[in-house]
Amino acid sequence: MTEATATGAPGSLSGDSTLDLSSGKYIKVWQGPQHPGITGNMSLELVVCGDEVVECKTHVGYLHRGFEKLMERRTFIQNFTMVCRIAVPEPTFNEYLYAAAVEDLAGIQVPERAVWLRTLNLEMMRLASFLMWLGGSGASFGLYTIPQWAVAHRDFVLDLFEEVTGSRIYHMYIVPGGVRAGLPDGFKERATDVMIRIEKMLGEVERIVFHNAVFKKRAKGLGIITPEMVDHYGIVGPNARAAGVARDLRKDEPYLAYGDLDFEVATGTASDAYERAWVRFQEIHQSIALIRQMIERMPMDGPFQAPVPNVLHWKIPAGETYVKAECTRGEYGYYLVTDGSEYLRRIHVRGPSYTHAVALMEKLAVGTNIADISGLMVSLHTYPPEIER
Amino acid sequence: MNLKDLLSPFYVWQRAFEKPLTSLRPIEERPGAPRYRGFHINEVGTCVGCGTCKLICQNHAIDMVEVEGLEPRGGDSGLRPRFDYGRCCWCALCVDICPTSSLRMSNQYAWLTDDPDEFRFVAGVDAKSWNAHELGYRRDKDYHLVPTKRLEMPMVPPGEGLKSFDEVVKGYSAEQAKLEADRCIECGICVATCPAHMEVPDYIRTVREGDLEEGLRILYRTNPFSATCGRICTHRCEEVCPVGAQGDPLAIRWLKRYIVDQVPLADYRRILGDEIPTESGKKVAIIGAGPGGMSAAYYLRKRGHAVTVYETQQKGGGMLRYGVPSYRLPDDQLDKDIDYIVSLGVEVKYGTKVGVDVQFTELLEGFDAVYIGTGVNVPTKMRVNGEDHPRVLSGPQVLSDVAKGKDPGVGKNIAVIGGGNVAMDCARVSRRLGAEVTILYRRRIEDMPADSEEIHESQAEGCRIVQRAIPVEILRAESDAQVTIKWGEAEMVPDPKGGRPRPVLQEDRVHEDTFDSIISAIGQAGDYGFIPVAERDKLEIKWGKLLPRDYQHTTLEKVFVGGDIANDVADAISAIEDGHHAARGIHQLLAGTAEAGVERKP
Repeated sequence: MTEATATGAPGSLSGDSTLDLSSGKYIKVWQGPQHPGITGNMSLELVVCGDEVVECKTHVGYLHRGFEKLMERRTFIQNFTMVCRIAVPEPTFNEYLYAAAVEDLAGIQVPERAVWLRTLNLEMMRLASFLMWLGGSGASFGLYTIPQWAVAHRDFVLDLFEEVTGSRIYHMYIVPGGVRAGLPDGFKERATDVMIRIEKMLGEVERIVFHNAVFKKRAKGLGIITPEMVDHYGIVGPNARAAGVARDLRKDEPYLAYGDLDFEVATGTASDAYERAWVRFQEIHQSIALIRQMIERMPMDGPFQAPVPNVLHWKIPAGETYVKAECTRGEYGYYLVTDGSEYLRRIHVRGPSYTHAVALMEKLAVGTNIADISGLMVSLHTYPPEIER
Repeated sequence: MNLKDLLSPFYVWQRAFEKPLTSLRPIEERPGAPRYRGFHINEVGTCVGCGTCKLICQNHAIDMVEVEGLEPRGGDSGLRPRFDYGRCCWCALCVDICPTSSLRMSNQYAWLTDDPDEFRFVAGVDAKSWNAHELGYRRDKDYHLVPTKRLEMPMVPPGEGLKSFDEVVKGYSAEQAKLEADRCIECGICVATCPAHMEVPDYIRTVREGDLEEGLRILYRTNPFSATCGRICTHRCEEVCPVGAQGDPLAIRWLKRYIVDQVPLADYRRILGDEIPTESGKKVAIIGAGPGGMSAAYYLRKRGHAVTVYETQQKGGGMLRYGVPSYRLPDDQLDKDIDYIVSLGVEVKYGTKVGVDVQFTELLEGFDAVYIGTGVNVPTKMRVNGEDHPRVLSGPQVLSDVAKGKDPGVGKNIAVIGGGNVAMDCARVSRRLGAEVTILYRRRIEDMPADSEEIHESQAEGCRIVQRAIPVEILRAESDAQVTIKWGEAEMVPDPKGGRPRPVLQEDRVHEDTFDSIISAIGQAGDYGFIPVAERDKLEIKWGKLLPRDYQHTTLEKVFVGGDIANDVADAISAIEDGHHAARGIHQLLAGTAEAGVERKP
């Protein structure tokens, strides 16, 4: 077992590794980018001693699509169809942040109904995304029934998305100025029905996963994040909340309709993989509760789009803005710079996966049993597509 | 660890007895949601081929292609969008932006074929199983990517307007003009529709970008009467503007006016860069200083030819001056256009009537080419008994008297016969002279050839319009200062051949009304009296119009013709285009060469 070097980087990466890799004691294992235990297309270069990981180096670059550059050559309205592709499992947060940034720069006030419709979409997205994580979480600890249940129930949420937005994955619903349509007739009843089915499934999952001897034995004590590490590594979202840091943008700096909604920030103390899973599990319930509140309280008529100039030659005055929202993994930010032309001067997308999947993963992997690497990675809930815009 | 934690995983078995959540495709179909963004459907009959879908598509998945068997209507490019599903990302921005809402999507999402070329198809034209689907994504009626409302034009209130002959339309402010110009989708359907093919999207862009000098240059490429046309053009461009399908069309005419209004005449020469080229030594005579003749003069003078214009009246402009009241087109604006043309060295002989003061044959002998732009000045008869009554006035005469500052003496209670712009102008002029006005028109208001603004403003100013009223006879009234008209109600009978409905007089519903005067404004015809019989016999004249050939050439070698006397549309913009086109033809004749790229577009 090795000590981390002074810079905090693994020795095999910085070149000052103390390990004698030709000693015959170590094996290098390349995990990913197609390994099912990796959350998307990235890979880990692991140095293993026996079955213990002694060094970990992360590799990204398999998913680079150059969105930020592409968006500098497209008009403000065209970009709205692109941003959803930046984080595949969570398009809505990208749609919202892009629209909010454009509105901020163009000085557009979104009507009340659109605010609620956007909040509803964001929570539905959180629910769908967490259900997908739940599936991955079960699978990475060998519980292969859970992904089937969780992903099937995620599809019920996607059904709701389909009827509201017209699409299941790339919704392209939140458009600069508002949203594209209101709720269809009977949505409230169908959404309530889906929430009941998901809650029933969650009850079973709680019993099968969280009261499961195997899961407990493997996840407890895995990948402990101390409260001191939180700011040092830039850790946000459930990863930070499980360490007892009650940070949640929805509460701390309420945006959209969150200021009007009733919810508590879920936190934990143990800060291991089990605790993080438990915090997320609470947030799934929280999302369902928020969706229920919203479909009861949201305005059902009125405009859902603020007047926008002709989008074909929409110019936005020079300026810059940073907007942020709490996605399932923590603070998600969009930084936009405009120069008064019909195009963006610069856009930067900052997702939480960048720190979680690279710096933090390299730190936490050390000392872990190689069989738990997948579980550790899923417990950090990272999306490589948002690392590589 | 406790026993419960060891046993609880076995609860998964309870789901083994439940109905599976998966569906049995393809045995069971699962239709997309009613709003699903599936395959494209285009209602080809509603689509005008404006190409805005292609413009907004960030994937370049849309081409505009010609469709076999599609007969383009007016205001239709004849092209239709072809989709490439190798590129499409189903964002539906094309549906959202579609001005006519002809484009939508079906909720069908599965399509299997072994021929990849099939995935490129013309929606609504190529037979597809989903073409008749009702369900699928459509743009919500409250959701727009282009502002639908026109910026309201500041106007003098109707009550105020009646007190004077001052201009009623005030014109846009800079801010209003920019906002209005912002609504343009740059499809160019207007360019194809404008008789002069003015480059509308290009000059609208100059308003948006604040480069009005460039705007003026673009205007003068096709129209040297822009101050005039910016006020009184019949704006067929606006009738076909696809933006109007969801709300109001672009105020193209007012934007043109905005450009011209912002540029003082003194700056024209510098901005337009019109240097008089070397004199060609050729001379052209133009008969009539109306919009057509003066356009021809402008474009000929720019090519270096010496131009002499013969005008009967004391001032130029023709029907623009003597037929259009000054509250629509103030004299100083018309003067602005004409003065600029004259300033290039065009000689205008006012008060000179061809056939009286100078003979047509003299022009043929003394000049290298002659352009006839005399217009139509002889009022058409109503063809009813008694219409030579002294209290039956001619519409053009009334307008001309008013333009010259004379009182036409219409009286206090008058009737106007007709539904064209001349009739509306007579009615509104009479209102300003203090008369109560009744307009009798043989068809319905929606059939009136007058501009819709003119009709609305007439009504706003208190003119009463009686629809489906056919004059039957003019009778003597008790007093010689009055006249009685016998008119009958008409029923509209549909034309079995599909033409426009025909009014048919109802003999049992005939009324008699007495007025101080009746203004007949049902049309005018050309007067060929100034052309000697020998020459006249060589010309082709049909239905009172002189038939032009290519480049407005007549059958006489040196003679060209244009304007109301040669086209059926009889509006200013057509006359301007005739003049411009004739200038090209005359230049070819004089220079002996064909100019490249001047073939007239259909």
